[in-house]
Amino acid sequence: MGASGERDAVVALMIDYVHLIDEDRLEDWVELFTDDCTYKILSRENVDAGYPLELLSCHNKGMLRDRVVSLREANLYNLHTDKHVLGMVRTNQESDGAWTAQANFSVYQSTLDGESDLFAVGTYRDRVVFDDGRPLFAEKIVVNDTFAVARMLSTPI
Amino acid sequence: MPTAMSLEWPTDDFSRIPFAAYLDEDIYVEEQERIFRGPVWSYLALEAEIPNTGDFITTYVGDTPVLVNRQRDGQVSAFVNRCMHRGSMLKRECRGNATMHTCLYHQWAYDLTGQLRAVPFAKGHMGRGGLPPDFDIKSVKLTSMRVESYQGVLFGTFSDETEPLVDYLGDNVRAELDRVFNRPISLLGYQRQRILGNWKLYNDNVRDPNHGALLHMFHATFGLYRPTQRGGVKMDDRHRHNISYSMMGTSDDEADAEAFAGTQKVFDKGFRLEDPSMLQYDKEYPDDVSLTILSIFPNMVMQQITNSLCTRQIQTRGPGELELYWTYFGYEDDDEKMTQHRLNQANLVGPGGLISMEDGEAVEMVHRAVKREQDEHGIVEIGGKGEIADHDYLVTEIPIRGFWSYYYDLMGIEAEQAA
Ligand code: FES
Ligand SMILES: [Fe+2]
Repeated sequence: MGASGERDAVVALMIDYVHLIDEDRLEDWVELFTDDCTYKILSRENVDAGYPLELLSCHNKGMLRDRVVSLREANLYNLHTDKHVLGMVRTNQESDGAWTAQANFSVYQSTLDGESDLFAVGTYRDRVVFDDGRPLFAEKIVVNDTFAVARMLSTPI
Repeated sequence: MPTAMSLEWPTDDFSRIPFAAYLDEDIYVEEQERIFRGPVWSYLALEAEIPNTGDFITTYVGDTPVLVNRQRDGQVSAFVNRCMHRGSMLKRECRGNATMHTCLYHQWAYDLTGQLRAVPFAKGHMGRGGLPPDFDIKSVKLTSMRVESYQGVLFGTFSDETEPLVDYLGDNVRAELDRVFNRPISLLGYQRQRILGNWKLYNDNVRDPNHGALLHMFHATFGLYRPTQRGGVKMDDRHRHNISYSMMGTSDDEADAEAFAGTQKVFDKGFRLEDPSMLQYDKEYPDDVSLTILSIFPNMVMQQITNSLCTRQIQTRGPGELELYWTYFGYEDDDEKMTQHRLNQANLVGPGGLISMEDGEAVEMVHRAVKREQDEHGIVEIGGKGEIADHDYLVTEIPIRGFWSYYYDLMGIEAEQAA
């Protein structure tokens, strides 16, 4: 796969990411990450002020799976449907062969009654590596411009 | 026009709560006056947020915008965040550093004590216009709050009548603040949560140890908090504040299994996390308490959930909306590993917390359901009826009755009804 083939694969990975969440296929969603991945949801409020606090953080794939299992088994979260709108992706290949990718997103939540609200708007700052020709997120950093979480943060952004 | 005095209290031990108190617009307005502008100490911020001269933060007391800053003499002052000229919001940023506060509208400039210092074109142009000669700049000051600090926690009050902060907090609350703020803290960051429900529903929620393992199934599943653990509640003399505390590892699996039988919840002893590191408690206080929820009337919560420490501030946005403002911290002497552990444990709490995400939903569900049931009442009998007192068990919601007994006094309901 040449550089442009890899670039297409990075973009396709970012597209898969949002659709798997929106289709509530979180078990498959976990498989888009490397074993030692970093996944974080941050508020821009903290990023700008230089504070490290996350809204949610996972430091390996096990923790991601724990989140999903916990959502399925233990948490009684608000039942809703997510819809992500993904902006154009800006990519760059680093000297070590990994790719960085950045794209804006908005995510709308709809209730069981079909009422829809904007839940969050922000930017993905990702690092993608290839494992046996397959792109995986080594890092997925979600930076929210929306400081306040409406109601609760249950499903991933 | 329903007001607080028209609320119905069928029992005098506050074991029935009138739903109208959560919903009525006029009651909300009265609360801003009698509570948030009344003789109480409202939580403002932590001193560690504004360590240097000129550091400021903006916040809300009830729904009044407030500006808090550190003066040149090191004292902290707090003002209504409103220009005295024609009322523009003075500071828009959430935080920063300033030598003066200059209003963007017509550039009136105030110093850090809230004193008006400069008005552009005060003398007009070529002797015409400007302020009249008898206008006294020195007489114009920002509307200020009285500020007191206890262990680096800043509180403010609008009333001259408010008792000294140390008395307002009382022995139990002071002891809890002494315990957690025992050495310099370092800030880790903020979280915010917007909840479409009344601010008192959140106060109820944090005074209700009984819901911990029922609503937050993660708790029960992983044993961080179970109703069979050793623990209890401690209040102040007026029962307006509360400390719920518990000790992990003291629960009884069999009693739990029995207690959860009949519910639809999964109580599964065998359930394990792939990465259980966030459940570890590195004991850091002389006692065995691993979970503390301290609620200070009317707008503050402080939590110790194992090693996750934070304050939560309740900002009101009308009768049907609140914003929770979570400020997380560790200690200055934490090493890199401990800081990472605290950040990792922040996954348990906050709006996305594995053991707390459901609270926002619970508050909203109540608020929505009681809308047309304003003559009805909530039942508060778990833990016992009658006297409101400290006790050493967790299947309780007695501190909720404490909150409402003080609310009732502050709103002047008894006095009005007697008249
Ligand atoms: S409103 Fe502030 S200077 Fe006019
Ligand atoms: Fe809760």
